[in-house]
Amino acid sequence: MTHAPVLVVVDHQNGTPTSPSTEVLTAARAVAGEGPVLAAWLGADAPGAAALGELGRFGVSTVHVPELGGLSPQLAPVATEAVAAVVAATSPRAVLLVSSYAGKELAAGLAVALGSGAVVDADGVEVRADGSLAVAKTAFAATWDTVCTVTAGVPVVALRPTAVTAEPAAQALDPQVAPVPVSFSDRARAVTVVERTEYPRTGEISLTEAQTVVVGGRGTDGDFTAVEELAALLGGAVGATRDVTDEGWREHSAQVGQTGVTVAPRLYIGVGVSGAVHHTVGMQAAQTIVAVNTDPEAPIFEIADFGVVGDAAEVLPQAIEALRRHRAG
Amino acid sequence: MRIVVCVKHVPDVQSDRALDDDGRTVRGLDDVLNELDENAVEAAVSLVEEHGGEVVALTMGPDDAEDAVRRALQMGADRGVHVSDDALAGADVLATAQVLAAAVRAVGPVDLVVTGMASLDGLTSMLPTALAGLLDLPQLTLASELGVTGGTVRVRREIGDAVEVLEAPLPALVSVTDQANEPRYPAFKAIRAARKKPVDTWSLADLGVVAPAPATAVLSAEPRPAREQGRIVTDSGDGGEQLAGFLIESRLV
Repeated sequence: MTHAPVLVVVDHQNGTPTSPSTEVLTAARAVAGEGPVLAAWLGADAPGAAALGELGRFGVSTVHVPELGGLSPQLAPVATEAVAAVVAATSPRAVLLVSSYAGKELAAGLAVALGSGAVVDADGVEVRADGSLAVAKTAFAATWDTVCTVTAGVPVVALRPTAVTAEPAAQALDPQVAPVPVSFSDRARAVTVVERTEYPRTGEISLTEAQTVVVGGRGTDGDFTAVEELAALLGGAVGATRDVTDEGWREHSAQVGQTGVTVAPRLYIGVGVSGAVHHTVGMQAAQTIVAVNTDPEAPIFEIADFGVVGDAAEVLPQAIEALRRHRAG
Repeated sequence: MRIVVCVKHVPDVQSDRALDDDGRTVRGLDDVLNELDENAVEAAVSLVEEHGGEVVALTMGPDDAEDAVRRALQMGADRGVHVSDDALAGADVLATAQVLAAAVRAVGPVDLVVTGMASLDGLTSMLPTALAGLLDLPQLTLASELGVTGGTVRVRREIGDAVEVLEAPLPALVSVTDQANEPRYPAFKAIRAARKKPVDTWSLADLGVVAPAPATAVLSAEPRPAREQGRIVTDSGDGGEQLAGFLIESRLV
């Protein structure tokens, strides 16, 4: 049991493992102990040399590539059956993955397919003395800390992006690639992807991966110039509230909140954000919260570490200037 | 067509939510219909208004969970099913899905199962996929647009950094987001009419199933210390400088 492998479902973009995937691989090495870390790679194409190098750098010994036969791994049942085939071939002691919307669906699919317990939105995972897993996660908009465990089947754990710090393995490996045949069910084949369009990434850093997030709310009136400038200066990502995405000022994928993405960065700055519950649920776990709003009663000031009651149109440019001077000096 | 819409009674997001010593959600007087399920009920009711048929509102929960079903009936669902059993206290997502699946099968042939995208207590978004898997139904989740033509359901969904249009033959399971529609606010007539609509209460014995064995357990649950009051300043010409100063002092830049 101590040498059983840990399987990580690796997310990738443009042929490269994503930053959150390297975080999950880091956690997987700790769980695996002396056992190997295996990767499951879902996609039309097998990983190229660069991807294999990166996976090896993070300790992967074998990359298992399910044969998808043209089916889309973006669909949960396809991903589930593909990963289940890898699980059957490798008998891991745990399956770890990234806790995104797609990841959480995959976790749910695997729970049913494997008869396993699954825990998502986890902040960390450790092995207990008896070999079972202790999974940390918060509840109720990060107002409660819990530790959970899986009591049936092969544990499936999905980790939140930025919860674990990615670290390369002490020794980089040279991973082998193993194709895995999959026999897909009628259910997996039943959904047709009529069309799929990917949003071009507006910035270098993805919202869920950023350590600094600057969110623009209704108070920006749709003008995100200063928000973007501040984010760029701080090396952070730009987010939006539901008001902003409902107005069409920013795309839905930028929405931070209970029906959008949840972020827990080192620094959150809300610009013209009132702090309504459906938004704060998505950012309350940020380490430092800063807010700028014209309304002194805005609920966001109740959770802010620092706030300015004022017009962002004046406060932000002044702050940006001061930060630039600080950088230069 | 027959649509089963799954609804959940959850603690009000604005209230002081808590976990008990067993790590279970404390349920009480502040519980309401999960806000995201309103979009699911609206979607189901709109489809039946368009295509004819019936909407069955289904919930699993303690006694007062029936209020969630009542709310769905007020919005236009035709009848309700409330699965309630002491053995289900603290059931996790997988156990809930197993019981709901048994209930859907007991309702009879179904064209569509509709759910919300997440319940605001757990926020895992796992139930729709688990339920579809157990019922062996094609799933089209996180739909911001939904339509049925002939025997096919088509949805538009936004997931991650992409927008997709998906299609599948009925029967299928769909989960809808808060973008999918504006839930109707029932008029007094609808609220009154809802009181006469039938709600069946089923125990596990009625369903012919035993309580699913738990697959997860909570080892510990502790409230986090409340955030300390921060420093709020009013801009009198140097608000931006103070903001920058805070970031610099805190070594965040």
